[in-house]
Amino acid sequence: MLSQIRESAQAGKRLDRAEGLWLLTEAPLLELGSLAQEERFRRIPDKRVTFVIDSNPNYTNVCVTDCQFCAFYRKPGDKEAYTLTVDEVMAKVEAASRHGATTVLLQGGHNPALPLDYYLSLVRETRRRFPGVTPHFFTASEIQTMAQVAGKPVAEVLALLKESGQTTLPGGGAEVLSERVRKRIEPKKGGPAAWLDVHREAHRQGLRSTATMMYGHVEAPEDVLDHLDAIRELQDEFGGFTAFVPWSFKPGNTLLEKWIKHYKGPNAYLRMLAVSRLYLDNFPHVQASWFSEGKRAGQVALHWGADDFGGTLFEENVHAAADYVNKTTVDEVVALIRDAGFTPAQRTTTYEILRTF
Amino acid sequence: MPLTASSPAVIRDPRLLPLWENVRAGRRLTRDEGLLLFQTEDLHGVGRMADFAKSRLHGDRVFFVMNRYVNPTNVCVLSCSFCDFARKKGEAGAFENSIEDVLAMIKPGTREVHITGGHHPDWPFEYFERMIAAIHAARPETQIKAFTAAEIDYFWRRWKIEPREALARLKEAGLRSMPGGGAEVFSERLRKLLHYSGKADAERWCEIHGIAHSLGIRTNATMLYGHVETLEERVDHLIRLREQQDKSGGFLTFIPLSYQVGTTKLVPRQTPPTDDLRTIAASRLLLDNFPHIEAYWVMIGEATASLALHFGASDVNGTLEEEKIAHMAMAESPPGLAREQVLRIIRDARKTPVERDALYNVVAVRN
Repeated sequence: MLSQIRESAQAGKRLDRAEGLWLLTEAPLLELGSLAQEERFRRIPDKRVTFVIDSNPNYTNVCVTDCQFCAFYRKPGDKEAYTLTVDEVMAKVEAASRHGATTVLLQGGHNPALPLDYYLSLVRETRRRFPGVTPHFFTASEIQTMAQVAGKPVAEVLALLKESGQTTLPGGGAEVLSERVRKRIEPKKGGPAAWLDVHREAHRQGLRSTATMMYGHVEAPEDVLDHLDAIRELQDEFGGFTAFVPWSFKPGNTLLEKWIKHYKGPNAYLRMLAVSRLYLDNFPHVQASWFSEGKRAGQVALHWGADDFGGTLFEENVHAAADYVNKTTVDEVVALIRDAGFTPAQRTTTYEILRTF
Repeated sequence: MPLTASSPAVIRDPRLLPLWENVRAGRRLTRDEGLLLFQTEDLHGVGRMADFAKSRLHGDRVFFVMNRYVNPTNVCVLSCSFCDFARKKGEAGAFENSIEDVLAMIKPGTREVHITGGHHPDWPFEYFERMIAAIHAARPETQIKAFTAAEIDYFWRRWKIEPREALARLKEAGLRSMPGGGAEVFSERLRKLLHYSGKADAERWCEIHGIAHSLGIRTNATMLYGHVETLEERVDHLIRLREQQDKSGGFLTFIPLSYQVGTTKLVPRQTPPTDDLRTIAASRLLLDNFPHIEAYWVMIGEATASLALHFGASDVNGTLEEEKIAHMAMAESPPGLAREQVLRIIRDARKTPVERDALYNVVAVRN
């Protein structure tokens, strides 16, 4: 199977589901890493590893969706619930901009009290006040919430966001794109089709986005393959995805913590990255997350097919709510990439190179 | 899944192919081949060869021990540039434990206790001898692994007790094995540069281990890497250990020690995990006469230790209660927690955990 997959990869032939399943469940980890690395260098021949200077603030933690994997949200009326004003969010964007951020990834809970104009103002004001910052705002399920609250179709909401200055969407909220998984851990969320519909419409309108996956809870290998198949097919339609970003579920302070005590370790992470590099033949980039898996596992991941090291994440609250905190600086990111044997390059939200170190 | 001779050797650097042939045939690698293991960019290829060598010896087994570390004192006459642990007598942070203190640290049921400490200016050899005897009497079920070759050498420097006499008396008192510390890097250049020339040199370190082996005391070996040493110095160190093992044969485990930057800051950052994995793999391949290579999780982190089990490591040290307590600052952690943590490191890599004693007798296979 290994040599068959190797030949397919070398010939640029798409891997099928049986091959994907074998890589996910059986392939020896070093052979898998070696194959993924060959593929990475076929696509990106130089030793460049990119990163983005960014921040990841939140505008509200109010949410009505009650996902079992989430430690961040509060129900409406909870004494720890908060919703920031547009000016309060701009203060966070300003702080990020002052630290050199070119991307602000803004996301929040599903708060039915917020009107569409609130979201449009966030985008418009960011563009007006901070021209150096790309507003990488709102995941698919937030866009759906906006559409429901405003009583408008998703396509119209996306068009209005675009008109306000939005060019990209973050890929969060996909979790694992499988109906079976959705029923178990996020029954109130829109499910795989809804996530894909938002990204499809966004790509149709010329917006770019990332795709993510949060694994390590109730999913089976088949669910992971459903997820990879779904985003690979969507990518064939418009090519709007810039990168794939997998990370492991952190059980701290969540409802699932009762059954799942620990996050999946580095072996599973390297396997997931390498499989996605090989399977997602139409994705330009695969991101290693120093943040979610630890700096050292992140460095090793650069040898398992990843070509991007994620962002500096000056502010982050979602993992932090699960008692998982990890901080860095631009200097440290540059050093970590270099120590791992690669050439660090700062990129934009859409992966254009700004400077090479 | 261990590689077999018939597995496709997906080695990307063709310079490694002759080495792969040698490894498969069980032929010893040369110094130049050892250097290539450190220089090639084919990290996976090096790892795969090491995994082959490891699997041939131990299959998918990975060993651990329920152990604890005890440091009787950190008072030390030396001033090694890489050391954050040592203090001068009377300096803030200096500690000196009584035999009663040490006994209180070792809980019933501890399989192995690992005892090392500073080169204390005043404590006589007899104090250490009494300490070992007292532990052995109080905890006969606990195997005592104590005193690096540097400490044994210091008993000679300070008290003129010959290593053979010291080791024979300690064995009589209850010593079962010796840790591998104090080797640092076998390099005269570094001994001067990093101010450890007041410590046993390569010749003396190896001589003392040879004496221990001749007395039936099994020992470990280490190398402190990831600071200012060269790759050549690493390879020479490993080859010197291999020669000693050919002569005396009593080494159980080689433990590469990843330099901790701490406050000594010989380099700005700890060496990357890829270097740890490569060093473990190169050690497995060069030290063909050592039963085990260890991934010491305290120094390289749990994630890297787990990945190292694909790069030739067959041991993860142990539960290290003392380290655990130090990390958790006063928290009373149940003993099972540490064991679960170690089992997770091993199972995460899909290996079979084997609980061992200090001498690698199998206590239980934890499938």
